[in-house]
Amino acid sequence: MASVEFKNVIKSFGDFKAVSDVSFSIGDGEFVCLLGPSGCGKTTSLRMMAGLETPTSGQIYIGGEEVTHLHPKDRNIAMVFQDYALYPHMNLADNIAYPLKVRSEPLARRHARAKEVADVLKIGHLMDRLPSQISGGQQQRTSLARALVYPAKVYLFDEPLSNLDAKLRLEARGFLNHLQRDMGMTAVYVTHDQAEAMALATRIAVMDQGRIVQFASPIEIYRRPATTFVANFVGNPPMNLVPVTGTKGDGKLQLKADGLTIAALLMTDAIGTALAASSSLTLGVRPEHLGIATPGAANTITAPLFANENMGPESLVTIDRGDTARVTARIFTDDHLDLGDTVTLAFSAEHVHLFDHHGNRIPGTND
Amino acid sequence: MKFTLPAFFGRMAFSALAALIGAAFALPLLWFLFAPFNGRAELGLTIPDPFTLNNFVTVFGNSFAVQALWNSLIQAVGGVILVGSAATLAAYALSRSSIPGKGAVTYILLLFSSVVSGSAAMVPIFLIISAAGLMDTHLAVILTFAGGLLPTAMFILRDFIDSIPKSYEESAMVAGASPVQAFFDVALPVIRPGIVVIVVWSFVNIWGSFLIPFILLRSDSNMPAAVAIYSFYSEAGTPVVTLLAAYSLIYSLPVIALYLFVSWKFGFRFFGGIKA
Amino acid sequence: MTTQPITTAPKRKVRNFALLSNRAGAAFLTPAGILVAVFVIFPFFWVIFVSFTNRTLLGRTALNPEFVGLANYLALFDPNIFFQRGQFGFSLILTTQFVIASALIGQALLGLLLAWLIQTVPAWVKRLTETFVIAAWILPEVVIGFAWFAFLDRDAGTLNMMLNAIGLPSGDFLLESPFWVIVVFNTWRGAAFSMMLFNSAFSSIPPSYFQAADVAGASSWQKFRDIAVPLIRGHIVTNLILITMWTFNTFTPFLLTNGGPSYRTELVSIYNYRVAFQDFQFGKGAAVGVIMMLINLAFALVYLSLGRKKKVR
Repeated sequence: MASVEFKNVIKSFGDFKAVSDVSFSIGDGEFVCLLGPSGCGKTTSLRMMAGLETPTSGQIYIGGEEVTHLHPKDRNIAMVFQDYALYPHMNLADNIAYPLKVRSEPLARRHARAKEVADVLKIGHLMDRLPSQISGGQQQRTSLARALVYPAKVYLFDEPLSNLDAKLRLEARGFLNHLQRDMGMTAVYVTHDQAEAMALATRIAVMDQGRIVQFASPIEIYRRPATTFVANFVGNPPMNLVPVTGTKGDGKLQLKADGLTIAALLMTDAIGTALAASSSLTLGVRPEHLGIATPGAANTITAPLFANENMGPESLVTIDRGDTARVTARIFTDDHLDLGDTVTLAFSAEHVHLFDHHGNRIPGTND
Repeated sequence: MKFTLPAFFGRMAFSALAALIGAAFALPLLWFLFAPFNGRAELGLTIPDPFTLNNFVTVFGNSFAVQALWNSLIQAVGGVILVGSAATLAAYALSRSSIPGKGAVTYILLLFSSVVSGSAAMVPIFLIISAAGLMDTHLAVILTFAGGLLPTAMFILRDFIDSIPKSYEESAMVAGASPVQAFFDVALPVIRPGIVVIVVWSFVNIWGSFLIPFILLRSDSNMPAAVAIYSFYSEAGTPVVTLLAAYSLIYSLPVIALYLFVSWKFGFRFFGGIKA
Repeated sequence: MTTQPITTAPKRKVRNFALLSNRAGAAFLTPAGILVAVFVIFPFFWVIFVSFTNRTLLGRTALNPEFVGLANYLALFDPNIFFQRGQFGFSLILTTQFVIASALIGQALLGLLLAWLIQTVPAWVKRLTETFVIAAWILPEVVIGFAWFAFLDRDAGTLNMMLNAIGLPSGDFLLESPFWVIVVFNTWRGAAFSMMLFNSAFSSIPPSYFQAADVAGASSWQKFRDIAVPLIRGHIVTNLILITMWTFNTFTPFLLTNGGPSYRTELVSIYNYRVAFQDFQFGKGAAVGVIMMLINLAFALVYLSLGRKKKVR
């Protein structure tokens, strides 16, 4: 196992900068997810680690050794591809043992080792089958087995679960989680599914437009999203973001928006700096921190009901503040609400997130 | 109301028309289907009477006829090996390397291959072959066909390789394979169906072609069956037509067999580009 | 974990990773490059050069051809004889008529009709019809030539036998109307390509389009005219250009008529062959080749520009 480091890595395709000046380092034994929407540069970053793309500038290190211009075969890494890339003309045994074949292991040894790994992944009984003769979930595990069959310095995953249906995906996610804890492998995992990233990662790098917006533990990203982009991307349903106007009064911060009542917040230097730049701020509250208001609640948002979706254990209650500025709450009670009813949602001050007019988090709030 | 009366007659009319056209296409071939089995040699269309396989026996006893089939085979197989191997390598390079000017080269080759047809370029091809001292050799025919068929073969195959995910070779290399290992262990087996198609396509083309061997070959001992059949029926003193029909049928069999093979293996539509 | 990482081989540095390095790519392209250069690209330029000489097959000018400027072209386009039988102009006009009649009208229309018919007919009719249409296309050209030779025979051919059976007199079609023979022959020979191309074009149209028209009460002809044809317009253009180029260059009618009788079926490809290989005038033959290639070039440029547009979209 080994560490991975990016130093000022840039990758351009013609005029398009897929990755612009990215630096980070991943410690030995970490499971890092690169999370972001499509086109954010996460897959390109992963492919540069693998050697399948060469950076336009900058350096990449694996285990302290510079690998920027090293051929993929000399990096001693393993990778699971989104489409699995199982060789259609080889049976499972040969597919899984292929990395050992190119390492000139004797046939008996490599088949024994392949069987060993396949048994762990519960595909040991399928070794004579061709990839076209097994199910999607089994194909996914075969590609995983092929990556695990030899000791690599780093394991790379390129959206390995995105071709599975929802139920199998949950199962495979749980298995990967267990495996990582068990092996303590260094892994970099690309996904656009925030739930997958939250469940698997020791740290998450949220990427947007070729840059890393926030690189922190899942809980940190959930609790203290660095920007409105992160706040909106992580969490399901995403954080409610309400544009507000902030003014300073009585040494406190007053926030104003239609339908919003909020007790004045404690003023800080950071808020002062943000206000000096612009009075347009963004207030963020996660749906799970909103509830149906009880009389006398201090912080509330009021608007007509737009939708009430029953999800079993909870309901998603959405109110419409006009111009499709909607606010959603996760409610765990079973209130009867009708379309057009005016609903008041309440939240407590400790769950408030504040962002400046650039969308950057104002430090100090909710810390 | 699925089967209204007018609709029913409409369908009948369609079927009748289609069958009629099919019959019109069959007519010129009917004699050719019956004659090889006819004991009496005549150009008239009759049910073989007496039915016989003697014509085939006679053909296989004729050393010139057998030699011509053998020559066709040498030329077609030689050409196929050249086209198959050169097109595979080139198409792989066009698809997987990032050589500068790839697109321009592709465009120019495509242009030239459709501009330089055999019937337009027969003079320079003849002159090149004769300057190279290859006149009246199998190699002359093989090389000329290889050059002429390669551009199209390359493009068919390049499109095929483009449609194959790069992750096959990528995963092999990440797992430690060298580019050469990745090519032979993974890429080549995966693109084999495409290679089969261009191999069949070029075989059928060379086997059936007349003009190139007609102008490049002189001696009887090098003539392929295409030229032999032509000289049989075009020369004065009509030959035994039923023998010639039997010979033509034998000569056609590989083409028919390959056609059936490809349409069985790859489905009917894949055959659309099989003959240019 | 029992296996060891690879450490023995020297590590390779790559400047810009690709699945196939530029050097390997160049090596892979070399064999095909040489063959195509020698047999496709070089002939193109050499034929231009030869067309300005008086090169012949035999005699003094076979080894030491002289530069004659535009003499070969002037001979081809000599206005006094241009339109005479057996001359270039006659052959060019004949070829144009042949392309229009047998490819643009014959093959394309028949192919379109067949493709439309076999969409709706019972499977066995479809299969039977397709079998014979495709057989006409895939069988070697010499075999087809011989089969037609027998089919059209004056005394015992199948065609005359049928005509006699319905009370019509026999005819020697290869002598009486050779041009129409090769037109019908080429239509018969090549309709399969158009049929298959249009067939795959039709089957790429979602069936729901036709079902919607059925619900609206459209007739078969209306569906053909209003839905099918507009949707496959691109295929139609592609098909017309391809079959025009192939028919323009075809040499196959030679196997049926030898270009005769008295030059009445002498297409430019056959004219080219006669000038170069029967009259042994390579210089003049080369000039014919150059003109054929220029015509091919015009069609190819149109075709490739259509293909490019499609890719951009």
